Amino acid sequence: MTGKGGVGKTTVAYALALAAADRGKRVIVCEIASQERGPDLFGKRPSDTVERQLAKGLWTISVDPDLMVGEYLETHMPVRAMAGLLRRSTLFNYLAAATPGLPEMVTMGKVWELTQKPRRVKDAKRTYDMVVVDAPATGHGVGFLQTPRTFREIARVGPLANQAKRIEDVITDRDNAGVAIVARPEEMAVNESMELEAILLDPPKGSSFAVDRIFANGVYPDRFSAAERKRIAAVGSGARSIAAPAVDAVAEEAERRSSQDSQLARLREGTVGSITELPFLFSPRLGEPELRELAAVVAG
Amino acid sequence: MSDTAGATVLDILEDTDVCICAGSGGVGKTTTSAAIAAGMAARGHKVAVLTIDPAKRLADSLGLSELGNERARVDPKLFERAGIDPGDGELWATMLDAKATFDEVVIRYSEDRESSEQILDNRIYKQISGALAGSQEYMAMEKLYEIHESGEFDLLVLDTPPSRNALDFLDAPQRLVQFVDGRALKMFLRPTGFGAKIAGRGAATILAVLRRLTGVDLIDDLSEFFNAMSGLVGGFKERATKVEALLGAEGTKFLIVTGPASEPISEAVYLHRKLVESELPFGGLVVNRLHVAADGAADDEEIATELAVALGEDLAERVMDSYRDRRGLVERDAANVEDLRDRIGAVPLLTIPEMADEIHDLVGLLSLQPHLFGAAAAAAPSQ
Repeated sequence: MTGKGGVGKTTVAYALALAAADRGKRVIVCEIASQERGPDLFGKRPSDTVERQLAKGLWTISVDPDLMVGEYLETHMPVRAMAGLLRRSTLFNYLAAATPGLPEMVTMGKVWELTQKPRRVKDAKRTYDMVVVDAPATGHGVGFLQTPRTFREIARVGPLANQAKRIEDVITDRDNAGVAIVARPEEMAVNESMELEAILLDPPKGSSFAVDRIFANGVYPDRFSAAERKRIAAVGSGARSIAAPAVDAVAEEAERRSSQDSQLARLREGTVGSITELPFLFSPRLGEPELRELAAVVAG
Repeated sequence: MSDTAGATVLDILEDTDVCICAGSGGVGKTTTSAAIAAGMAARGHKVAVLTIDPAKRLADSLGLSELGNERARVDPKLFERAGIDPGDGELWATMLDAKATFDEVVIRYSEDRESSEQILDNRIYKQISGALAGSQEYMAMEKLYEIHESGEFDLLVLDTPPSRNALDFLDAPQRLVQFVDGRALKMFLRPTGFGAKIAGRGAATILAVLRRLTGVDLIDDLSEFFNAMSGLVGGFKERATKVEALLGAEGTKFLIVTGPASEPISEAVYLHRKLVESELPFGGLVVNRLHVAADGAADDEEIATELAVALGEDLAERVMDSYRDRRGLVERDAANVEDLRDRIGAVPLLTIPEMADEIHDLVGLLSLQPHLFGAAAAAAPSQ
């Protein structure tokens, strides 16, 4: 799941995961260096980088690259003793902190590990049918997905480059991996979504990604026909009616929706992926019921 | 902190020459930064806004689309057309380009052309100069400092880059220095002689392990990169110290921009705490896109009755649904803002109501003035 900041990526990621879990799949949502919204949405304690169950068939994990370098080494080093040696070395830790892209690489490594059957991490017995990655906001988003590629180019040969290649193959495998873009029907978010899709489908280097779905999130309801709106407006016009606040609310919502419609039209015109509109949620706080409401739309 | 009632941008930015707008993604930081800059320019100040990625329509309408890394002045005729006489006021804008700024910095601190070209051509440099985590933040700081040093402007408004963590930019200069410095790394890469003694006996073993892990090329490229960069370390360090001083200076103010939903509100509380902990000069809060109540004192029953008479039961009930949903948002936002006040305490807090349409020109930016600068203080139209 990717998209501009503040468009509701995390919410849509959990809605998608719920929809899959409802179909009997075992799903895990991977939050990346985030504030762990998932456990909060389900009224649970934070996951603290362990895999925690939120609902039937749904798990969550928060990936913190700083804490996972050790696990990454153990999973990917040809010899386990080498991992321990590196891990304890001050110089290595310095290198880890200074190497550009290493945190992203470690994160990608964890995503890859979660997809493995059997799992590569010691003591991890549960396998998943689907891993939903709540990727960082774009700007950083494309860079994030291209991390394995970039890393492979920097390293060129050796186990690290091979490992990067393995991860790259998994995330660019069109049959098994796909990108979903989350947008809002607003100018900036639509622009970013169009640019993002274009880059993903035809990156300047490396393999392309499958863009499986574009979610237009937060679409206002379209409750009244034009004729009805006219009748409603007539109530509030002339001498101010006591019903004016309600009449204004209708007019305002219609105006917003019409502005969203023109952005949705731009989105449709400027992208090739199939678009799912998700309704604006009026509830004061998001929780499992709201996510289930979205999940029903996502699945339908 | 002083009373919050009636605070305006003018109060917050009194004696301020650097205004840094921070906040999580998608809250309207870019628009708010531009609106503050435009409003100050309309009041006769010479203002520059440093921005990352304005909406294309806004950039186009201000004549900034072809900017690159250079600064450009917004055509004074646009103010005239908006019915405002800015007097001596000027509005300038710079779009930040991390890669171009990084290149400039390398050229500036290199001893000669040969050494700067050696860096610019380095494979590792090419990979990281645009993409290195924190480089965009660092370059924003770098540009801010450079323009501030020029002394050409009364006020600089910085729209901070979108990042995973909204405060990444604060320690970006130090992080970059650490990275470029790479002292430990250099010893590590040349584990002979003096360096090896300091790095410790294990270094050669570690290096051997790493060479196996990464291939020999990467180590050699890194080695070359850090050697080439080493000449720049002094310049970088000095600059980072100065940038830090500017961030904490008396003339600098941080504004936290947020949205009215609970998520950005929590982020704003976190940001505020971090700013206070870092002893940085916090100026105030701007809550953007607030749903506000329409005027009217009638209760639901009265409204429903009135509507039913005019529209019939069915349509009236649907109108009421729409009205209740809308009012739910108004109540949610009001509660969230109240929560924000409770958690942060008495600080200047400005609110901007949600606009039906997106802002895409100077007139739109200036239309936010009553909310930012107060109704009484609105700049007088020239006619």
